[in-house]
Amino acid sequence: MDSHLPRFLYRKGVPVWRDVVVLKWVAQIVSAVLVIAFIYFLISNLLEAAEARGLGLGYGFLKTAAGFPMAESVIPYDPSRSFGYALWAGFLNTIKVSIVGIFLATILGLIAALARLSTNWLVRNIAGVYVNIIRNIPLLVQLFIWYFGIFQQLPGVNQALSLPGPVYLSQRGLYMVGMLPTGTFSEWLPFLLGGLVLSWLAYRLLLAYQVRSGRATYPALVGLILLIGLPSVGWLIASAPPLEKSVPVLGNFNFSGGMRLTPELAALLAGLVVYTGAFIAEVIRGGILSVSKGQIEAAKAMGLSSIQTLRLVTLPLALRVIIPPLISQYLNLTKNSSLAVAIGFVDMFFVGRTIINQAGQALPVFILIMAIYLSISLFTSLILNFYNRRVQLVER
Amino acid sequence: MATSESIITRPPQPGIVVWLKKNLFSNWLNTLLTVFSVTVIFLTARGLVNWIFVQADWAPVVQNLRLYAVGPYPAEQMWRVWVIVYMVSAMMGISAAKWGGTVLAFARALGVAYLLLALLPIALEYLGINTRLMLAGNLLAILAGYLAGSRLERRNRLKARWVLLAWLASFGLTILLLGGFQNVAVLPRVESGQWGGLMLTFLLATVGIVASFPIGVLLALGRQSKLPVVKAMCITFIEVVRGVPLVTILFMTSILLPLFLPDTLRIDRVLRAMLGMTLFAAAYMAENVRGGLQSISRGQYEAAHAMGLNNFQTTLLIILPQALRVVIPAIVGQFIALFMDTTLAIIIGLLELLAVGSAILNSNPQWLLLDMEVYAFIALIFWVFTYSMAYASRKVEQAVGLGIR
Repeated sequence: MDSHLPRFLYRKGVPVWRDVVVLKWVAQIVSAVLVIAFIYFLISNLLEAAEARGLGLGYGFLKTAAGFPMAESVIPYDPSRSFGYALWAGFLNTIKVSIVGIFLATILGLIAALARLSTNWLVRNIAGVYVNIIRNIPLLVQLFIWYFGIFQQLPGVNQALSLPGPVYLSQRGLYMVGMLPTGTFSEWLPFLLGGLVLSWLAYRLLLAYQVRSGRATYPALVGLILLIGLPSVGWLIASAPPLEKSVPVLGNFNFSGGMRLTPELAALLAGLVVYTGAFIAEVIRGGILSVSKGQIEAAKAMGLSSIQTLRLVTLPLALRVIIPPLISQYLNLTKNSSLAVAIGFVDMFFVGRTIINQAGQALPVFILIMAIYLSISLFTSLILNFYNRRVQLVER
Repeated sequence: MATSESIITRPPQPGIVVWLKKNLFSNWLNTLLTVFSVTVIFLTARGLVNWIFVQADWAPVVQNLRLYAVGPYPAEQMWRVWVIVYMVSAMMGISAAKWGGTVLAFARALGVAYLLLALLPIALEYLGINTRLMLAGNLLAILAGYLAGSRLERRNRLKARWVLLAWLASFGLTILLLGGFQNVAVLPRVESGQWGGLMLTFLLATVGIVASFPIGVLLALGRQSKLPVVKAMCITFIEVVRGVPLVTILFMTSILLPLFLPDTLRIDRVLRAMLGMTLFAAAYMAENVRGGLQSISRGQYEAAHAMGLNNFQTTLLIILPQALRVVIPAIVGQFIALFMDTTLAIIIGLLELLAVGSAILNSNPQWLLLDMEVYAFIALIFWVFTYSMAYASRKVEQAVGLGIR
């Protein structure tokens, strides 16, 4: 030991420059200082630039009038509304595309996955071709094909292509039959929601009772009756039908009635659904293939019918594998919906960019948008972690 | 392998009728599906053939092949691009000699692809005889690289690390050669605003993956580290970048970055896009490398420590070499994804392949309605590259035996 050095340089007989505890702290402090210095450098430059060019850094602008129109919006919108409200409308558009897209992509993915697992050679290979083509072409190129190559090239309103349904395709977008709420809709809504909640509750309670007592309580049947029954009762006792069928009719210059998807929304949805559907197909296929043959054989040996095997053995085991990647595909779809900006659909990112062009508040707008996307994905991973912890196999 | 082949005698191949019955007509539902599928295939194929050979007007594609390849890169400087292409071909030949197997097959396929490109059935005024000869010449470059490489290899003088270093060097050389220098007459400066087309697409993806590699490894190590401050910083970076869409990151680096830097430091547009791609790729790379790190058993750490290696040596000499070998397939997959993601650069105004297509459509009023032809062509280019890369990577995986235990 170098005894000529002062005592405070030693701890438990080890010199500080070789003491692991001290070294770890030094390493952490040094790296933290470096990162903070770098951030300080960036921010001081920003403040300088902001002062020199008169850029605002606050969020006060969110209250001023937006002044730009929006092609479509879930909530009523006009240019006199504020920037903050415009961003909110854009956010709702993003959510709308995501929810509809996730719903349709799951159906497409499920069909494609089942087709890929089919015993029919042709069906199997058609699905394989779909998956291998779609997954290897960038989504943005596909969106360009859908929007510029297909929806922009459709005939004008007067020569609209009519498909069974009736569905009309024209440059103005896609018109189809819609169910529009009438005056009595608000009376009927409680029945609908009540049916949903009660059927779920009844299912869970009856199932728990069945497991505990061993007596058959038919939870699925009761749940289904409640789910369909309550809204039907509500429909019957309402003075007028709460929903009304609305069919698009071609007028002089445009369609009236029905439900309309703008070409931008239709192209974005088509692109996202076809693209994500291919990925979902692979996820589902992988999950189903991951169930080992022994499990199914064991279920058969226990005397379960093939439907029971599917419901009680294959599906629960496959879902455990499928759900986590499936949810991250849903998240990808939501994030990919920001590509809408390239084909002119007004989602949150599009609105944000417009605000930057109009108000010049690049940084605050960007921080806001990134924070929203980030909270969506953090929320998703929270759900995912919760699910993973719940379904984790208890291994011995 | 040979022994197991000889032990297992394969059952006789079933006849065609048996195969058809089993795979297409096993029951009435299957028969129905088969009939349905055949109808779908027939109608699709007829429509496609009709569109490709009769209806479609391929003028905006065949008349602008150079634009798709390099964008607005000046024509009199095209020789630099050719030098780079030849360099890559020769390197492919050398690598094929070094590693053989799949790399050799890949080099062979590349040669065939060049030959096919040289023989494309397009009028000579759009794809001149010189260009065709230059394309075909790549076959010779690959061959020359292969012969030189196998001579060295036979004398055991071709070290794998030298080949890898040469690849890295050729990558740096590519950037220097394309950009040129301010005051050199032979290599005048070509501003990055004039880089474009497939060339820019490849550059963005390659720079993104190469530059993100060291950052990603550091981030992954930081995330595994036992130092809470370092760990927290790494996790924050990775999760923030992975939680937002790539468009927002590209926008951030291309529009907001200049605000964060002093006025004296100006980064040009392509470089800013590359920075965005790199940051984005680094977060995903970090997660891939983390997967590799987690696959290393504890015994390796303990053994290394028992041998007297310190933490730093253990990581560098024992853990990383094994972990990185495991993640090669994941990195190839990431490169493919990044290659496709480069199309987003169109949103921040870069002239990559997709943007070139859209610019060509706007350049001539007669091509106003030919969007489908142009974008289908671009989709085909992407598909050929990504599918062949994915295919090659799958073959390598099978050959190395990764993923199969």
